[in-house]
Amino acid sequence: MTVFTVFFIIFLLTLMVITALAIVQTKNLFAAAMLSGIFSLMSAMIFFLLDAADVALTEAAVGAGISTVLFLGALALTAENERAGTAGRAAALAVVTVITAVLVYATFDMPRLGDPNAPAQLHVAPWYLEKTPEYIDVPNVVTAVLASFRGYDTLGETFVVFTAGIGVLFLLGKAPVGQPKVSPAMTFAGKTGLRHYQIPRVVGRLLIPFILLFALYVQFHGDYSPGGGFQAGVIVAASVVLYALLEGEEQARQALPAWLLRLMAATGPLIYGFTGVACMLLGGNFLDYSVLAHDPVHGQHYGILVIEAGVGVTVTGVLISIFHSFAARGAK
Amino acid sequence: MAMVVDVASWVLLTVGGFFVLVGGIGALRMPDLYTRMHAASVTDSLGAMLVLGGLVLQAGITLETVKLAAILIFMLFTSPTAANALASAALLAGINPGLAKPWRQEPRS
Amino acid sequence: MIYYAVIVAILVTMALALARALIGPTVYDRVLAVNMLGTKTVLLLAVAAFFIGRPDFLDLALTYALINFIGVLAVLEFFRVRAQRSLAEEKEGE
Repeated sequence: MTVFTVFFIIFLLTLMVITALAIVQTKNLFAAAMLSGIFSLMSAMIFFLLDAADVALTEAAVGAGISTVLFLGALALTAENERAGTAGRAAALAVVTVITAVLVYATFDMPRLGDPNAPAQLHVAPWYLEKTPEYIDVPNVVTAVLASFRGYDTLGETFVVFTAGIGVLFLLGKAPVGQPKVSPAMTFAGKTGLRHYQIPRVVGRLLIPFILLFALYVQFHGDYSPGGGFQAGVIVAASVVLYALLEGEEQARQALPAWLLRLMAATGPLIYGFTGVACMLLGGNFLDYSVLAHDPVHGQHYGILVIEAGVGVTVTGVLISIFHSFAARGAK
Repeated sequence: MAMVVDVASWVLLTVGGFFVLVGGIGALRMPDLYTRMHAASVTDSLGAMLVLGGLVLQAGITLETVKLAAILIFMLFTSPTAANALASAALLAGINPGLAKPWRQEPRS
Repeated sequence: MIYYAVIVAILVTMALALARALIGPTVYDRVLAVNMLGTKTVLLLAVAAFFIGRPDFLDLALTYALINFIGVLAVLEFFRVRAQRSLAEEKEGE
């Protein structure tokens, strides 16, 4: 890491602090949503410079993309400005100050960036790096760690995504009580979306197939380059959101009906879990893919391919369901 | 030969950087929304073309060149579209081009 | 070495765009600034991929280019919905 890179990162961090202060300061919720998109852009850039391309890709797709769309969908349901809350300001400031002090104090114990004696470098990381070519033989070690060595964690994460989706559907799936319903033209993406804007519509429709193609590349090339099920699922969801924005949410719902999305959300964890059970039936441990094919390395490849597909299906289903539940809220 | 490619790539990247910077200054200093959009468009068209062109020279004929070309084509499609969408939304919302005013007004006696 | 000038230029432009996003004054200026920051991030990611010697990370820049466009369209749709609602409220008020 050169001096130039360090200055590069410090400059970006400075911009992030300015953005964060502006988000706190502004009362306009739309401005806050836009600024949080900027914040996310910059943090993805920093992840990238620290060589964490998989994380940066996730941050790019989720933080700057889907979150902004969901923020706007939520903002369409609420008022323009933040309600001024004056109660408990001093207490809040005190809490924030104390926590900041504790966090700053904690950073003194953190190892320096890239320190070879840091716990993260001494524990299991060297073993993963050393054994990945032998046991799994994929160039992207992140995929090997995520999908195989720490397959239990990723199974857990898939269930977290699924549960979060169920939670949002529980909260937003039911019609709001005591509020007047509005016509679909007045809901986010609604009945027509941006159909009257011819130029974005033509260009956007042209791009959707290419976005889906790129999502497939991210999904199935994840062993070799940054990417995998999570990122690909988000990109597929983004292309469906693009379709909903251009043609109206109702049209998108016809293309991918709600029952199918729920089925997709549930299918992913099932695929993942059954892969683990299949490993057990073939005589291995739960999620030990080595037994899936004639030789262990091929088995690992098949296992990673299948569970990444499961993750991708879940993420797609959950994200599109969440988008619909925000967009259609309060519609007649 | 590698030297020539590096120099050509440096020239393209630096000139591209110059146009990006000019666009950035314009987006901050121009007097109203539409002129700012004009300045911002410089960074997306000329700036992006030169910078990505400079990177293509570095990449040579590889998969990276295909990706760079995809990024460039994508930006050349989407950024005018986004600009058009934004300008039409602003115009519909009743924001008038500020610079057009003195030209339309009656000359003061 | 060949990347220093362009990286500095893009970073300074990002700071200028951030300034425009902060001062506004209209929401459209903010959207313009965010869009501009997005495209500058795409360029910066592309240059940085070569700068840190990992040109295979260009996928990230490509993803950003896709996502940025969807964001702008979402903003446009938000403006359309808001205009529809205020129109409906005016009608009710009459």
